[in-house]
This record gives sequence, C-alpha cells and structure tokens, in this order.
Amino acid sequence: MAQLSNTAVYASMLVYALALFAFAASLAARRVPLPSSQKVLVGPAGATATEQQSHDEPGRKSGNIAISLTWLATGLLIVGFVLRGLAAERFPLGNMYEFSLGAAIAVALVYLIAASRTDLRWLGVWVVGAVLLTLGVAVTLLYTESAQLVPALKSWWLVIHVSAAAVSGGAFTLSAGLIVAYLIKQRAEDRGTAGKGLASRLPSAERLDGLAYRTIAFVFPVWTFAVIAGAIWAENAWGRYWGWDPKETWAFITWVIYAGYLHARSTAGWKGRKAAVIGLIGFLAFLINYFGVNLFATGLHSYSGV
Amino acid sequence: MTTTMEPTRSQGPRLGARGWLRWGWRTLTSMRTALILLLLLALASIPGSVFPQRGTDAAAVNEWINANPQVGPWLDRLGMFDVFAAPWFAAVYLLLIVSLIGCIVPRTADFLRTVRKPPPAAPSRLSRMPAYERTPAVPEALDLAEEYLQQRHWRVRRETDAISAEKGYVQEVGNLIFHLCFIFLLLAVAVGGLFGWSAKVIVVEGRGFTGSLTQFDSFRSGRFVDPDRIAPFSVVLEQFTATFQETGQQAGAPRQFEAEALVSERPDAAPTQQEFSVNSPLVLPGVKVFLTGHGYAPEIKVTRPDGTVIFDDAVVFLPRDGNLTSSGVVKVPDVEPGFALTGLFLPTATIDPVMGPVSTFPAARDPQLFLGAFTGDVPTGGNVYKLDTSGLDRVGTKALRPGETWTLPDGTEVEFVGYRDFANLSLAHDPGRWLALVAAALVIVGVSMSLLLQRRRVWVRLVPGVDTVGGTVDVAGLSRSGGGRVHEDVAEIVTVVHNRQRTEDETWHN
Repeated sequence: MAQLSNTAVYASMLVYALALFAFAASLAARRVPLPSSQKVLVGPAGATATEQQSHDEPGRKSGNIAISLTWLATGLLIVGFVLRGLAAERFPLGNMYEFSLGAAIAVALVYLIAASRTDLRWLGVWVVGAVLLTLGVAVTLLYTESAQLVPALKSWWLVIHVSAAAVSGGAFTLSAGLIVAYLIKQRAEDRGTAGKGLASRLPSAERLDGLAYRTIAFVFPVWTFAVIAGAIWAENAWGRYWGWDPKETWAFITWVIYAGYLHARSTAGWKGRKAAVIGLIGFLAFLINYFGVNLFATGLHSYSGV
Repeated sequence: MTTTMEPTRSQGPRLGARGWLRWGWRTLTSMRTALILLLLLALASIPGSVFPQRGTDAAAVNEWINANPQVGPWLDRLGMFDVFAAPWFAAVYLLLIVSLIGCIVPRTADFLRTVRKPPPAAPSRLSRMPAYERTPAVPEALDLAEEYLQQRHWRVRRETDAISAEKGYVQEVGNLIFHLCFIFLLLAVAVGGLFGWSAKVIVVEGRGFTGSLTQFDSFRSGRFVDPDRIAPFSVVLEQFTATFQETGQQAGAPRQFEAEALVSERPDAAPTQQEFSVNSPLVLPGVKVFLTGHGYAPEIKVTRPDGTVIFDDAVVFLPRDGNLTSSGVVKVPDVEPGFALTGLFLPTATIDPVMGPVSTFPAARDPQLFLGAFTGDVPTGGNVYKLDTSGLDRVGTKALRPGETWTLPDGTEVEFVGYRDFANLSLAHDPGRWLALVAAALVIVGVSMSLLLQRRRVWVRLVPGVDTVGGTVDVAGLSRSGGGRVHEDVAEIVTVVHNRQRTEDETWHN
C-alpha cells in the first residue's frame, strides 16, 4: 500500500511537470491588451464585448490544457496521500513528508478552485512550480517510511491543527506568487514598460494587489485558527497553551507579519509596494517556520522521522 | 487601529505641553505607529527562537554561556536568554497594547454613534470614488435603486436627487470584537502568569507524590500563588507501560506511553484508579497532571562485609539519547569511608567500538548496568544526577545483568536487583485558561467577520438634465474595509437602473 502511494506521488509529479510546460507555453503566448487610455464607461452591453475578445486570446488553449493536467495531477496526489494514510491506518499528517504532500495538495486545490472563478492561468507556472519543488524536496530529503505515530501526535488535534496549517501554507504560497507578480507589474507600470516582456502577460498591478489581498484576507483567519488549535492541543498535551517553543515563536512571527500586511494596506504611505514587501516577508517567516524550525531547531515540534 | 489616517498637519510654531501630549497620543494611537510596533514585535521575537531560553531549557542556556564565554554574558545582560520576559520585549508589547486600546475605544464609540444614524449624504463629485460608472437610466432610476438596495438590507438615505447607502456594519463589529478579544487574550495570559503555577516531578513505578512543594523537582509560580495552599491531592504511580516500534526505519520510536495511578483528590478521600497517557492528562480539581517522558530506575543494593545494608533503592537514571542510554549516580556520604557509584543503564546493551557502551533499543531487551565504584570523602548535596569524582579513589568498574552481584576488593557487595520504569510528570494550574479559550474563540470569529465581510458605501445621483425618456445617473462606491466587492455592487446597481432603450439610441462618452 505504501509502495502504491509512492507510485501515485511520482505519477502526479510527472503530470505536474507536463502541466508546468503547458502553463509556460500559455504564458509565453499570452498578451494582455493594455487598458485603453480613453476613460469611457459603458453599460453592461460593453462588458460582453471584451469577454468575447478574450476567448480568442493567444495561449488560452494551452492554458486550459494546463489546468486540466493540474486537476489530474492533484487527483493522483490525493490518491497517493489517501493510500499513505491507509497504509499506516491513521491520518497521513504525521511527519514532514506527509505534511508536504498535504501542503502541496492544499496549494493546488486553493489555486484550482480560485482559477475556476477567475482567470488565473498566468499564475499556473508559479503554483505548479511551487508544488513540484515541495514534492521534490519531500521525496528526496524528507521521505520517511510509512509508520505509526509517536504518542505525542496521537490526537484528533493533529488532523485539525495540521490540516489548517497545510491549507494556510497553500494559500500563503499563492499569495506570495501574486505579490511577486504585482511587484513586477507595478515596476513595469511605473517605468512605462508594462507592454513589454513578462509584465505584458500579467494582469494590471491594481488587480494583482487586490487578488493578493483577498488571498491573505482568506488565509489569515485560517492561520489564526491553526495557531489557536495548536495552543489548545498544547494545553492538553504539555500543560500550557503557549510556551515559546521555536515553532510557536515562528508561528507567532508569521501571524504578526501578516497582521502587519493587513494594516499596511490601509495605512497612508504604506499601501502598495511597502505592504507587498511585508506580505513577502510573512511568507519567508512561514517558510522558516516550516523548514528551518523542523530541521535546525530542537523543540517540542521535533519528532522522529522529521 | 484607525483605517483612515489623518495626514500629519503642521500645527504651527506654538505647541504647548498639552499640544505635545495630544500630538504624542495621536502619534501613538495612529495606524502607522501600530504597524511599526507590530513589525518590531515580530523582530523582537526572533532571538527567542535563535538562543536557548531560560523559561524552557535553563540547562541549555548555561551550556551556551559556558561554550561562548566572550559573548555569552553580554547576550545574557541584554536578555537574549529570556527574551519573552525582557524589558525591551515588554516595552514593545505594552506600547502596542496602549496603541490598540487608544485606537479601539474611540473607534467603538464612533461606531456606536454612526450605527444609529443613516449614512451621510452623497458627496458632490462621485467620479472621484474608486468605483464609479455613469450610465443612461430610466426616469424612475432612484426608486428602483432604493428598492433594490433595501431588499438587500442596505441602510438607505434618500434625498431628492441622490441615494446614499451603506452595508456591512457587521464587518466593523467583527473588527472591534477581534481587537477587544485580543486584549482579553493577553489579560488571560497575565492572569495565568500571576495566579498559576507549574511543577515537574519524576515518579518511579510504585511510588507517589502529594500536592506539596517539597515533593516537586521543580516549581514555578506566579506572584500571587501561596505555595502552602496547593491542591491537597496524592498520586501513586502503580504502573507505567511504554511500547516502541520494533522493526523498520523508525525502529525504537515510541508508540504508546500509558500510566496507571491511584489518585486521591483529598487526604480523606478514597483513592480511585485512573489511567492517563500523553494527550490524555489526569484531571484533578484545580490541577492537570501530564505525562511528558519516561526512563529507567535501576534498583541497587549495597551491603558492607559486616552485613549492614548501606544503600537499597531504585535510582532514577536520566536518559541521554533516544534509545535510553541512561546515566545516574549513587552517593552514600554518611558512612566511613564514603561510598559512591557512577553508572550507565543500557536497556539493550552493546559495546560500540567508538562510543563504548550504548543502548541500541529503548525497551529492556538485554538490560545491563555499567558501574564505577568510588570511596573517599563523598560530597553531600549538589546535583543528585552527577558526581564530582575528583578527590575520590576509584575502586573498580563492572558490567552487571539483573540479579548479578559485584564483590569489591574490600568485600562490599553491589547487587543489581532489577529495574523499574519512571515517569516524568508535569503539573499545571492555570486559572486564566478558560478566559483564554473564550477570548481565542472570539478572536477567530472576529477576525473572520472582519476579513471575510466587506463594509462599503454606494451612491446613486441623477445627473441634471432629465427628459421624458430618462436621464443619466452616476453610480459610485467606496470600500470602507478591504476587498473589491463594491465594484460588483456598482455594476449591479447599474444593471438595475440602466435604460436599454437609450443605449441603443446613442453612444455615451465623457
């Protein structure tokens, strides 16, 4: 069963790689029409005209193929994840390898669901790239044999706390991609080179900023919940709900930085680029919390099998 | 933390003491200051994860300072080993709390005032708003818009040529709940810190302890805790069972720790048998008992040649690694000459060519005790797990299996009688935890309401020059929280008031 799980994970990586190529091709072919300088606002009749136009947009077909491939790969990854759980007869979030699988699924699903509502094909390269990188690190560096849990992890809070953390990880990754895209586009718009190169393939800076905000506004309550669920679990396992364990400290730092991002967006002089940079630092703090703390610090969150 | 920042106005040259106070208070409670304090708080927390901390591992701090005698004491003076109790850390969060209160209290009052009033009148130039559309409209546009907005529970203010409407007051309620409950959460932490206590105790199978300070190995308490009035319970550890992964890559990893105890909540109460384990603590009135670790306590008996037993006890040996290679000492200072043993207990013993005797599995598959015997002036007191062997005479070394006896040259017999498990227990009493739980739950509710709902205003105004067929209206919207929902609102209102006939007749340009 554990072997089948590995096969499914490798198969999903192969399909993700294909999706990455398709997304790259789509992005290369794509051209976003510059917003016309003429400030005319017509009624709803006008809106349909621009939508019609976007159907013939170059790169749309390969973008759709890429989205389908990503669905397929994510399906395979979920199969691998479920088999992993069945092999050990427990919820498969007991070590960093399994958490990485869960976080990769979360990134992909958050992206796919968001992409089904609004056009996000241009973001696919980043998302699938991040998923492949996560899975690559998982299968090479973090792989651990399927096994039972250490006593400290035998709790329902594992499912609640770690799932919320995995979903947060997925959305934080998405937000970082949107912020990087925003910074690229904003720079191009400021220099008047928005029609050239990579920037010409991205939506407007305002829209990217809005999308990044909405992603973080969605994930911030989830992350708050993940931290508080962890605190409730800690109270039940270690006798205190907060003890400044390295993992707790960095979860707190991540939370505070994203809180800073949310405040910066509504503070004069901090809107835009400065707020975006705070959002990126928040993602960095999350990465330190996820990789750095597990691999380099010894604390209560260090378990056998990483 | 106010959403709209007032631009800093130059107040002229005459700024008296009161003026400066006002300026200081305004600056402290401004969003910009709160933001900088938030980022400082994140930055100030980082050393707490880089350096070992006294609160969690005091021994590691001493080791760090000893290993770095140059910088260690300086970092210690700066509070780097007790970051979360350091004055500079407190300064940041106290300023943040004051800033938070200074923002949230006026903001609550402001909200309570506005929530009872209709939305303010439409501003004169709607085209300046972030969401704005001009559309040809039917003559009864304002009526249609009003009806539409009221059906969707907007609060509407109707004027002759314009409508103002606002929605999403609950978003601000969530925002206020979040910030207020965050303060309550900090309050709960403070209550726990001042009125709570925690203790650690090591209990060998078959022995027990009571709720008294003398029985604990370590004790930390808040300022307002009376150490003589700790819950009068007693606990006897009857049995401890540990199971481990037997095979595979993770062989030796712990799988289950379980303890059985006889518990009396009061001295006169009949004891009851209770089981507890990791993640499932023993709950007594006012205190919880957690199982946090375990190890072995070899039973050692020392008999003098004349038959007097000078030592007979189970001695706690502290684990050194995951396979429970454990070390401990026996000190018998009050005999002549003084007698001491240093030992290694190996549950599954192997002699490693490099590391010497080590355990290769945490369960007792082949338990052995490696002993070194000393005589001389054995120091009294000090660390019960360590022996300073300088000034002592080494008598010999020996490896023993359970039941075996080692006879020293002077005829003293050292018997390895057997071994028992011991459990590390941690006790906690935190009167603030229920407040913390409720506050934390409300923090989640508040932050979700604040970020997932959107507070926004929309306006509809007739553009002068209405004829019989219809006219033109301006529709505009402003988001008072984040998010772009207001663009959709404006687009929907445009659809409601839109005059299809007029659009077909002419094209509209500015």
